[in-house]
Amino acid sequence: MIRILRGAAPEPNLREAARYAGVKGDPAQILPLLEDCKKELLPALSPVACYDIFDICAGESLDLGFAKVKSRALCKNLAGCKKIALFAATVGAGADRVILKYRALSPSRALFLDALASAAAESWCDEVNAEIVAQFKGGRPRFSCGYGDLDITLQRDIFAALSVTKNIGVTLSDDCFMTPVKSVTAIIGLYDD
Amino acid sequence: MTIETLFKKDIIYLDGGFGTMLQAAGLKAGENSADWNFSHPDVVEDIHRQYLEAGADVIAANTFGVNVFRCGERTSEYIKQAIYLAKKASKGYKNRLVALDLGPTGKLLQPLGDLGFEDAVNAFKECVRAGVEAGADLVMIETVSDIYEAKAAILAVKEQCSLPVFATCVFGADAKTMTGSSPEAVAAVLEGLGADAIGLNCSLSPEEMLPVCERFISCASVPVVVKPNAGLPDVTDGSRYTVDEQKFALGMRGIVALGAKIVGGCCGTTPAYIRELIEKTSGMKPAVTQKNLTVVASYTHAVTLGDGLKIIGERINPTGKKRLKEALKNGDTGYILGEAVAQAEAGAHILDVNVGVPGTDEAKLLPAIVREIQTVTDLPLQIDTSSPAAMEAALRIYNGKPLINSVDGKKESMANIFPLVKKYGGAVIALTLDENGIPPTAEGRVAIAKRILSEAAKYGIDKKDIIFDTLATSVAADGGAATATLDALFSIRRGLGANTSLGVSNVSFGLPAREIVNSAFFIAAMQAGLSAAIINPLSHEMIKAYKAFAALSGRDKGCLEYIDYASRVQPTQAIAPSAEKLGEAEKVGEAGLEKCILRGFKERAAEQAAALLKTIPPVEVIEGHIVPALDEVGKGFEEKKIYLPQLMMSAEAAGAAFDVIKRALPAGAVEKKLKIVLATVKGDVHDIGKNIVKSLLENYGFCVLDLGKDVPPEKVLKAAKECGADLVGLSALMTTTVAAMEQTVGLIKSELSECKTAVGGAVITEEYARSIGADKYCADAMATVRYAEQLEEEIKKR
Repeated sequence: MIRILRGAAPEPNLREAARYAGVKGDPAQILPLLEDCKKELLPALSPVACYDIFDICAGESLDLGFAKVKSRALCKNLAGCKKIALFAATVGAGADRVILKYRALSPSRALFLDALASAAAESWCDEVNAEIVAQFKGGRPRFSCGYGDLDITLQRDIFAALSVTKNIGVTLSDDCFMTPVKSVTAIIGLYDD
Repeated sequence: MTIETLFKKDIIYLDGGFGTMLQAAGLKAGENSADWNFSHPDVVEDIHRQYLEAGADVIAANTFGVNVFRCGERTSEYIKQAIYLAKKASKGYKNRLVALDLGPTGKLLQPLGDLGFEDAVNAFKECVRAGVEAGADLVMIETVSDIYEAKAAILAVKEQCSLPVFATCVFGADAKTMTGSSPEAVAAVLEGLGADAIGLNCSLSPEEMLPVCERFISCASVPVVVKPNAGLPDVTDGSRYTVDEQKFALGMRGIVALGAKIVGGCCGTTPAYIRELIEKTSGMKPAVTQKNLTVVASYTHAVTLGDGLKIIGERINPTGKKRLKEALKNGDTGYILGEAVAQAEAGAHILDVNVGVPGTDEAKLLPAIVREIQTVTDLPLQIDTSSPAAMEAALRIYNGKPLINSVDGKKESMANIFPLVKKYGGAVIALTLDENGIPPTAEGRVAIAKRILSEAAKYGIDKKDIIFDTLATSVAADGGAATATLDALFSIRRGLGANTSLGVSNVSFGLPAREIVNSAFFIAAMQAGLSAAIINPLSHEMIKAYKAFAALSGRDKGCLEYIDYASRVQPTQAIAPSAEKLGEAEKVGEAGLEKCILRGFKERAAEQAAALLKTIPPVEVIEGHIVPALDEVGKGFEEKKIYLPQLMMSAEAAGAAFDVIKRALPAGAVEKKLKIVLATVKGDVHDIGKNIVKSLLENYGFCVLDLGKDVPPEKVLKAAKECGADLVGLSALMTTTVAAMEQTVGLIKSELSECKTAVGGAVITEEYARSIGADKYCADAMATVRYAEQLEEEIKKR
């Protein structure tokens, strides 16, 4: 059964955001600017996620309960797990709006806002991840389409299995890109006993 | 039964969840529910029958989510079968109607997503066509989370048939849709577009929905539809929901009591819920009342006229503005967007948008600029043009309920504009002039206003959607001009009860120190009942008058706004710079333009450039200050001492300084010769890299024509030919689109042998660039700038 989670605006890690923006070394110099961008970004975020739990079965191909895949990397990640959580999470369309606003006005600000929104989405995924795993005896690091040999087209099955568009408003393009852009889908291997 | 008979009922009952019922019958997660119209027609028919038995007046066919993107060529077949089943089930029941159920396309519209507005309209049209052919009695658009998509759907229905249409959106607990629209904005847009009933469905339980319903009903003048969920799926038993039948029906009683006339259920509700709902609410008589609100809206919020003065920013109108004219001719959208943001920050409530410059195609330019402005501000826009074609093109793609500027008392004007006001659901500024010009007296203007009202009524346009402009004209030419305008304004506001607007500054035409006269006239007009003023929100005189009047008229409770304003303004001076900017200046100290560029201080760099221009010639500012600073930054980047964001910030600061200098020189004096066309190739919608390159090139003084993203090879060639490009830069981010890059490079090489090509992007390598015949591989934005500089030198040597 699909569950929906909502949260308060997730706090982005500024140092992480600086790294996403391509700032190497000490980001101290741009931290005030990042703080300023954060002030504009946070009110625009509306984090929401949906997830479901599936029984999995390893065989010739890996049966995830909602789709069968062939992926060595995922098999390795899920070794020892009999269940997975599948989740989709987003910080919402507001982040896209703020980034879009600065596309023409100040591309550098757009770059920082983009990086901050990515960091906020990561924080939100951490929250969602923790909330799900807390219901079990532990979990593996989360794994997403496009990691290793896990095909990006699995997104289509994920979107169908979680009714992602209906439940949290994230849409999938023909090329399997998600909008709002700051959205993540992931599989978490769960330890149940 | 006809829709008229249906609307005579005190309460109209809809059905409940369909997906919920199908899941109980065995529909699996991820399975297309519309498939069941063919695989399990008996089940689908039986669900309809259960809802009819429960007492639903209207049942929705199993067509939710059916569209060309999901069902391809079989779309029409799916819809016809679904309507057939619903009609078959309703045979034998008296007075029941079958609705074509239209859900969202599942794609997000541009600019956030990749679906074009007209593509969305066409996708909905295909469904409507099939629904009409199959005999649907009405169309129910529901579960829409983007108001722009709801607009596309309503337009599709209206352009395809004359069936009644209900439209409902999804709100979260924060009383906003997913794309950020308030209930007031959604109600204004849906009602404006002519939906017969509007409202909300899905996501929330009745209890959670109540406060949103209250706001929605308080501004809707048509019947309101409410279809909540039965709460959330139960954690222990997934087939049950947290709100049971009794609790649901009780919650719905409260919603009907607020005035909701059309009620049903969404996810988790079953025939038992509908039965209980009918039992608990029958006999209630919700009243649908006319609200008489003059409202315009953006995609996020509504602005009500007549409730305190509203400022309409006038700066995006090229009349008398040389810099804006140039920007419009040269496609310099950055400048225009900057004006939009500056006015929004200065406190404008609505922005006027007029792009009428001779030599431009207004019907293309106006919608394009409107679209761009809506990406940088969420203020409602006033679409201002004398061309009906440009007006329609802009109204069609505007996201919200527009303010239309303008109609007047001439027969031709009303025949051109009123149909557009009606179709696209706007409010319109009506000028009190006619074939004989502007009447000199107030009485003459009021008489025209009355004629306009009665003509508008013929199109079904209500007084609330007409805002009269009693036309300020120059007191220098006619001493009685201001009095006539103000008297007419007073009569229309108090006598006719309609809202008013004025282009305030016209009154001082021909006089010196115009702002003194303008601000005095502005105060008099506010006293006479002005609802909206078209003014320059960056003018301190006007804002002073506005703030003072708000305090004097008692609207500014406790004078709080005034006190805040006064703390930042000195009586005879412009607003003092904000603390933030002062901080920036302090950090820089007396250091020059170079330091501002190196540190990436944009505004300070512009100020420094302006200061330097007072002592040294423009070319010296560029050669002696900007270029060396940019060189240092560029080298730092190449030596990996500084990184992309710092490079971009420095470049933007240099760009701001360049802008100041350009204005001091004749047009084209400092521009580089090299003509560059940039595009992200066809199929690729990722343009952040290309935008960085563009910004950097421009800030280094190059002239760039940006074609945007997802650009077909032929379009790149056409643009390159037309502007005589020396360099075409192409970007691709996805492996799937590199083929399109090869095609584009090939086409340019074969048709324009003189033109160079440079390529870049995450998936492009030097080797690949060579293999497709590109002249240059650019690893990053700075490399592109260096290549452009090299080509510029070569051109200069020729």
